[in-house]
Amino acid sequence: MSIEAREARQPWILLSPALAAVTLLLFVPLMFIVVYSFWLRTATGADQVGFYFDNWREALTDPFYRDILISTLRIAAITTVVCAVMGYPSAYFIARSRGNKAILLLLLMLPFWISYIIRTMSWINILGVSGAFNTALLAVGIIDEPIQMLYNEVTVILGLVHFLLPFMILNIYVSLDGIDTNLEDAANSLGATKWQSFIQVTLPLSLPGLAAGGLLCFVLGAGTYITPLVLGGPRDAMFANLVFEAIITQLNWPLGSALSLMLLAVLGVLVMIYNRYLGMAQLMKGLG
Amino acid sequence: MGSVGFGWHLIRGWAILVYVFMFLPVAVVVLLSFNASQFGSFPMTGFSFRWFVELWNNDAILRAFRTSIVLGLMTAVISTTLGVLASLALVRYRVPGENVISTLLIAPILVPEVVLAVALLLFLNFLGINKSFALLLFGHVIFTLPFVILVVQARLVSIKRDVEEAAMSLGASPMQTFFQITLPLMLPAVLAGALFAFTISFDDITGTLFWKPGGVETVPTQIFAMLRNSISPEINALGTVMIVMTVGLPLLGVAIARQLAKKSGT
Repeated sequence: MSIEAREARQPWILLSPALAAVTLLLFVPLMFIVVYSFWLRTATGADQVGFYFDNWREALTDPFYRDILISTLRIAAITTVVCAVMGYPSAYFIARSRGNKAILLLLLMLPFWISYIIRTMSWINILGVSGAFNTALLAVGIIDEPIQMLYNEVTVILGLVHFLLPFMILNIYVSLDGIDTNLEDAANSLGATKWQSFIQVTLPLSLPGLAAGGLLCFVLGAGTYITPLVLGGPRDAMFANLVFEAIITQLNWPLGSALSLMLLAVLGVLVMIYNRYLGMAQLMKGLG
Repeated sequence: MGSVGFGWHLIRGWAILVYVFMFLPVAVVVLLSFNASQFGSFPMTGFSFRWFVELWNNDAILRAFRTSIVLGLMTAVISTTLGVLASLALVRYRVPGENVISTLLIAPILVPEVVLAVALLLFLNFLGINKSFALLLFGHVIFTLPFVILVVQARLVSIKRDVEEAAMSLGASPMQTFFQITLPLMLPAVLAGALFAFTISFDDITGTLFWKPGGVETVPTQIFAMLRNSISPEINALGTVMIVMTVGLPLLGVAIARQLAKKSGT
């Protein structure tokens, strides 16, 4: 074999284990559940192999599933907006700070490393009946009885924001940091006020980062099922909880497949729209 | 940036509030884990290590720790091996269709974890692999792999090829060059990837709840199961241990990587 041919083959040898893993452990299983979603779980608990639309009809027309899908998307959307509002000024502060940026970024990265389940349950210590808030309010005398502030949609969103905010800030920071500050100075010297130069120069240039952060927050938020279980009430189930119910509790795997694919389709469309207009490179910048 | 205006003060105040929001709940977990009271809540009745002692005597928690550590280490070894090889190919060679390959390799991040969990569980079950440690390991490898690739790739870019070419021109074989030159230079990147994989695996709960066999718990699923009852001081103590581990390990990793980088002179 010629040297050129060996050179050309080498990267494929290096790539093949990772590509094989992704194919066998992600793509083939995804195709498999597409097939599985057309099978039928019979009363005896066995799977009837075939081509039935029953699961899809149930998943798509049952108002129970539709309502939870809508409320899941609503929760994810609110979470994303709150993350953007909380995150943008913070990212701007880090990017334009004359202090130690490295420390500010490291501080921001720390919550990333702190266990998700610990961060989620930590809110029980703050908002629970005997948590910090109630204890303080009782001590000051504003209330006589502890108030139950937990286990509703607001606390689910709070938990999600706490979990996802670093993703948002990091992505906005990456794009703000890449903007040449001379552009702002130029706008200012041409007579723009600070606010005008921000709105007309900096903000538009940082939109790719905001979009990348927004996509991550929305997709991760809409796919969650731990947060509503820990911080939500019985009526705050999200779509992923339905999937878990169908697969693990009811063992109705064909229906669970259809529900998973529905979630994948809704979020996949968003990822594709994002990819179409902004490309994956921006997203990788923020993650890497 | 000239004068510091009112707007800047506002932004700084906002950022400080956001930092407080991020850290306050975590700080409260650590504070309450030292509470002498027998309830996992306020008020603080005194300073005590008793909940850490109770943790140490709790077999279920120690078992969960062992499972999580073994799983995390195995995940890190496999994921890092696959990830480093793939990153080498992507950074060092001109591969046709590089963008498509990169997107395929990071796809596990883009698919919601619940969906990935369901697909893997059902497919491997169809192949005769039931809920087991093997299934957990496969699952953890597939969703840590993209993070390893992103981290390793970012660091590999900075390694210059000149040194390798010099070694080759001095008569080193490709194998010798790889093990004596490339690998030591890559070590910080490899360690960073492994650490990332371990931490993500150690922290995972979403996929783990789908894949774990009955009776097997990792630390996060153990905490989740304990939350079902009520929040006990033990959970806060366990949380403090987790915080120290998950924050301490990466910081240690950064320090080690710095030392190695200093030694190798890059």
